[in-house]
Amino acid sequence: MFVLDTIAHRLKRGCETMDYPNGPAPALPDRYGGTLKVDGTKCSENCNACVSVCPTQAIFRAEGKPVALDLGRCIFCAACVQICPSKAITQTGDHRMAARQRKDLILGEPEKEQVRLAVALNEKLRKLFGRSLRLRQVSAGGCAACEADTNVLGTIGWDLSRFGIQFVASPRHADGLLVTGAVSKNMVLALQKAYAAVATPKIVIAVGACAIAGGPFINNPQILNGAASVVPVDLYIPGCPPHPLTILDGLLRLLNCFEKDLPRRTH
Amino acid sequence: MNTISPFALLPNTTSILWAEIPAWPVAQLVQATAVELGRGARLCAWFAVPEETKACIVALLAYDADNTLAVGRSESLMGAFPALTTIRPQAHMFEREVWEQFGLVPVGHPWLKPVRRMNENAPANGEFFRVTGPEVHEVAVGPIHAGVIEPGHFRFQCAGEEVLHLEIALGYQHRGVEEALIGGPYRGTMSQMETVSGDATIAHATAYATLMETLAGSEAPLHAQWLRAVALELERLANHTGDIGALAGDVAFLPTAAACGKIRGDFLNLTALICGNRFGRGLVRPGGCPHDLETLRAEQLLKRLKDALTDTAQAVGWFWEAASVRSRFENVGTVFPAQAAEIGLVGLAARACGLVRDVRYDHPAGWHRFAQVPVAVWPSGDIFARARVRSLEIQRSGQYLCEQLLAPADGERFSELTPPAPDTLAVSLVEGWRGEVCHVALTDAAGRFRRYKIVDPSFHNWTGVALALRGTAISDFPICNKSFNLSYCGFDL
Repeated sequence: MFVLDTIAHRLKRGCETMDYPNGPAPALPDRYGGTLKVDGTKCSENCNACVSVCPTQAIFRAEGKPVALDLGRCIFCAACVQICPSKAITQTGDHRMAARQRKDLILGEPEKEQVRLAVALNEKLRKLFGRSLRLRQVSAGGCAACEADTNVLGTIGWDLSRFGIQFVASPRHADGLLVTGAVSKNMVLALQKAYAAVATPKIVIAVGACAIAGGPFINNPQILNGAASVVPVDLYIPGCPPHPLTILDGLLRLLNCFEKDLPRRTH
Repeated sequence: MNTISPFALLPNTTSILWAEIPAWPVAQLVQATAVELGRGARLCAWFAVPEETKACIVALLAYDADNTLAVGRSESLMGAFPALTTIRPQAHMFEREVWEQFGLVPVGHPWLKPVRRMNENAPANGEFFRVTGPEVHEVAVGPIHAGVIEPGHFRFQCAGEEVLHLEIALGYQHRGVEEALIGGPYRGTMSQMETVSGDATIAHATAYATLMETLAGSEAPLHAQWLRAVALELERLANHTGDIGALAGDVAFLPTAAACGKIRGDFLNLTALICGNRFGRGLVRPGGCPHDLETLRAEQLLKRLKDALTDTAQAVGWFWEAASVRSRFENVGTVFPAQAAEIGLVGLAARACGLVRDVRYDHPAGWHRFAQVPVAVWPSGDIFARARVRSLEIQRSGQYLCEQLLAPADGERFSELTPPAPDTLAVSLVEGWRGEVCHVALTDAAGRFRRYKIVDPSFHNWTGVALALRGTAISDFPICNKSFNLSYCGFDL
């Protein structure tokens, strides 16, 4: 009898929504590398080992300068970490890596070894969106993994709506767009139309390496190397795909949720 | 059979010299392919290879009952050829693609229009088939859909609620995967293969890695083959569980929807336990698998797997016990077995029409040569059947994993690969969670990719969605679509 069975199950399991961000974040697997830290001063002269193994052209080294790693292009394969002889590039295990500006994702220089994490929206926008943010998701030339891990935020474990954030069916009902994918040429028109249909003021969030810079398909002629080529982007969330915790962290930073009272569990 | 088939036979994950593939005038290739398809073979791939100013067509067939594949090709041609589609409808999308990519016109093709080609900044969809009549209206959906899902356009011809005809126009996710591979493999190729279709990372990565090993005349160490088989079933478990939850959600049966949404994550986290990434990025590489699954880790994986399987069995049990769920699924979105065979469905959509088609069983490669999963089949062809096959496969994959994790293959993680053989065609089929993932590589004289063809199961199966909608209420489109849950990017490449 499924009615009794499901009630018994619910009573046994209790509330399955995680305590985070009021409690600890869910445990990440030990092999999860997290964001990268790049200390360009450790680079030995004329070493280009990392540049030549990076599959997405995320690492540059200009003549006589230390290495620079673009976390927006990075797909976190860790090939550079493994090959670096001087341990200039290291994994941190930290899931936090969302940034407000593209240049905040360029790592390597002194004081810029790690990503400069996103600051909240300005006060006017926070007043509008802080307690109710509706997003229209636009999938535009990716592999659907970012979409999958965005969807995860809607499951009972994460329950994104407790922060007032929801995905809506129409851009007319939305305060902004959450874009995934590198923006294929075939999706340019649809993305432009969706953006135009959102009422002003509006925000755009680029989720994943594709939406930030083209991801594994960077510079393919059929794609535009990211959402910023079509619409202005307010938040960049790196990853391939980003862990749901990384996406949530980015959204909560934008709404300043780490500095104000968070919604409490009511049970 | 061997003496009768005019095609060159090659088992899964083997290669053949380009010069040894039988080549006929194109009309003869079409005729020979039609004859073979008529006596039980299946079209895995049908694609063109450019040859200077001309091109030739390659046909890859599968003889499932004989556990072998077969390949044949045409002589170089320009212009037109007699369409295979007129005799064997399963070729219809392949012939549209050949026409779009190389301008070879399949004469007699009943619905020749682009597959994914661009027209300025949206796909050139061309004309849609229209039903006319005073009661008939047209409904257009997409490319952007209501949920957090991929883009595609659906055009329905309806009489009231009833769908008379559905035409699906894709291409919005086109990233130029195949073009980017010409002259490869490149440094970025592996990560592109992992993202052909993001929820089938292991299947596509394994197909590619195995192909590279085949071209090198070698294979991955047994430990790596074993780990790939384990990861492939974890991928299947995560997706099948997620789909059952989504199907429950679409008929407003929330207990199963809520539970399965969470358990899907538990399965993804098991893949992350092996390689750190929930989708298995970095788990498979040509030559082997970089990560070790030590005894302690395997024990932990097994324990968490058993917990997740117990939870799944319970949540899926509620779903099957509820008459309200069954009545929404039975006799809705039916594809009849004869139709399924005619349009060449693969994978779970085919098995839900009673067709016994499973690469793990029919064309075993890698670890599946030693340990197989029983094929799960259900005859009714409706949404119920597609949910049922998923539920059976969850049980069987779970059982398989419980056995395999206790009996790991020891040994090396990697074997060195020599450069790919020149002027060789290699084939690799993997049964991903949706169905047959087919990769074909042809190398040039220097051993670089002259042509690389990817056929995601979605390429065969989107036609199934269109047929399933005929005679169905348009309000049932979401559950019909979800019951297939095909990949847009895997189709669009």
